[in-house]
Amino acid sequence: MDFLTLLQILDTTVRLATPLLFACLAGLVSERAGIFDIGLEGKLLAAAFFSAAVAAVSGSVWVGLLAGVGASLAFSLIHGLASITFRGNQLISGVAINFLAAGLTVLIAQSWFQQGGRTPSLGDGERFQEITLPFANMFEGLPYIGQSYAELFSGHSLLVYVGFLTVPLVWWVLFRTRFGLRLRAVGENPAAVDTAGISVVRLRYSAIVICGVLCGLGGVYLATGLQAGFVKDMSSGRGFIALAALIFAKWRPWYALFACLLFGFFQALSFRPDVVEAVVGTEIPGPFLDALPYILTVVILAGFVGKAIPPRAGGEPYVKER
Amino acid sequence: MDVIPKWADAILIPLISIILAFIISALVILAIGEDPVRALQLMVQGTFGNSAGIGFMLFYATNFIFTGLAVAIAFHARLFNIGGEGQAMLGGLGVALVCLSLPLPHWTIALPVALIGGALFGALWALIPAYLQAKRGSHIVITTIMFNFIASALLVYLLVEVLKPAGSMDPATPRFPEGTHLPRMSDILGAIGIPFSDAAPVNVSFFIALLACFLFWLLVWRTRLGYEIRAYGHSETAALYAGISPTKIIIVAMLISGGLAGCMAINNVMAAERLVLNSVEGAGFIGIAVALMGRSHPVGVLLAALLFGFLVQGGAEIDFWTNIPRELIIVIQALVILFTGALDNMVRMPLERLFLMFRKPEA
Repeated sequence: MDFLTLLQILDTTVRLATPLLFACLAGLVSERAGIFDIGLEGKLLAAAFFSAAVAAVSGSVWVGLLAGVGASLAFSLIHGLASITFRGNQLISGVAINFLAAGLTVLIAQSWFQQGGRTPSLGDGERFQEITLPFANMFEGLPYIGQSYAELFSGHSLLVYVGFLTVPLVWWVLFRTRFGLRLRAVGENPAAVDTAGISVVRLRYSAIVICGVLCGLGGVYLATGLQAGFVKDMSSGRGFIALAALIFAKWRPWYALFACLLFGFFQALSFRPDVVEAVVGTEIPGPFLDALPYILTVVILAGFVGKAIPPRAGGEPYVKER
Repeated sequence: MDVIPKWADAILIPLISIILAFIISALVILAIGEDPVRALQLMVQGTFGNSAGIGFMLFYATNFIFTGLAVAIAFHARLFNIGGEGQAMLGGLGVALVCLSLPLPHWTIALPVALIGGALFGALWALIPAYLQAKRGSHIVITTIMFNFIASALLVYLLVEVLKPAGSMDPATPRFPEGTHLPRMSDILGAIGIPFSDAAPVNVSFFIALLACFLFWLLVWRTRLGYEIRAYGHSETAALYAGISPTKIIIVAMLISGGLAGCMAINNVMAAERLVLNSVEGAGFIGIAVALMGRSHPVGVLLAALLFGFLVQGGAEIDFWTNIPRELIIVIQALVILFTGALDNMVRMPLERLFLMFRKPEA
């Protein structure tokens, strides 16, 4: 395997890790505030559809972006209504949201475009273009460093860079601001936060809103960055891989970045079975690579390799007075 | 204090939730520019208009009874088994292996053997998440989700690389031998002189599903184990104090749950006479809606399974005749889960207030 092949695989890794990263950080904010979110998959899908559909109709990717984030936010608020206001079961609500998105996207796609549950292909201006970083063309000839710069760091769409910058942003908000401290506290011991005179409901709703926006960006990237348009079930389990990455990362932003890159790398490898075979020496079945993130998560969850401890109040609706 | 009488809790609340779910579904149909009344007419006509429609409804309902009971038994132990889909896939694998490898002369022998095969594979697939929950504290919801994906990857691998007959392009097992052929409803009803369409795949498994409902009731409300499962579901600490082992309850409840999901394979795999990719078709997930709607009671599960059987058959019908794709059923399923499961309190709280208002004069 030569250096250029490696760069290509890493380049694909970055692209595939981006939607995972958005969804993972979205789940991180939500779960740190004590709201389990297994509806990430549905929100990715809803955002992907509405961004592609509205971009196709309006001709502007930015309007599409707003629509996608709005859709994800709406689903997030349903989740908030069920799990915060009506103190319902957060897991069941998440399951419902996944199915709601899976059904509604196809239903509306069929009604708007009559193309069997897909949107028309997006043209220029209707999707995010690849950005060439300054001097990328100049350095391309330079071996290793220049090549890496041109191939790996340059040439992604805007949302990829936004995604990677979101990692320090989320870290800073959660661990360096008063809001972040309170948000984490509400996920560990909401009664204490309540006693301090801070609204648990408002904090949890703000976490849900942040979660909706971040997850929405992930979905928008799927349909308008990674691909050009929406197809039925295009999130294909990414929301769950993000959930796996979240556990793998033990609910920490920087770890989440590495977990998403790792799982993105597995996905990138399954596109290049020839390279895997050349490196490992024997043929690795594709389905095994697909299942690897899930298997790893189970191993991590089992606590045989490190222990993943979720926020203590996660999944518990908060009742003010009993 | 119980504010709401038992009948209201068991019947009124689910009924209101379902009516809400259907009102919203109707609004969705209106919003995409179709006519909900005509859609309902088509669904009813396509299902009850002829015996083939009824046959398909019962065929789907058979699947949902098994998966609904599977989710329900776990609910009784306050475990949320989202892994019904994967367990049913593995059950299909078990049934396929049994049917292909054993010399089975007649369906009366093949059916119980296949049932054991399917249940065993389904139960084993649930055992690992159960063990991890009981012994290592890994959250069963997450592990069962992961196991759904691992199951589907495993099945893709096995069907494409191992079980597919040489020279075939289709990722499916060879056809099962003649001895495993299950009698269809048309054969059974035909024998006693009632004509029934042989186009529908509904078969003897439907009666096995009914039997499973009865056994489920017997187990949960008439045996010691059932009592222990319910006790654990109500209060873990109380159960612990009563000498009930949480490890045992988690593992046993999940084994039964996975086993029931695996049993579904006699209907969707054995009756289809070969194992194909995606033979489960989301039935494991519909089981969640069925169990929630049926309040984890076998009678409720049976009724909910019949309703979903009707929805799936009717959904195929409107997919054919109108511009409404069959994904409408997924939307209805989602709304049922949302209203009966997650937004339960939204219906319950005003209802509680209503009952309190009427109670006051008596007190």
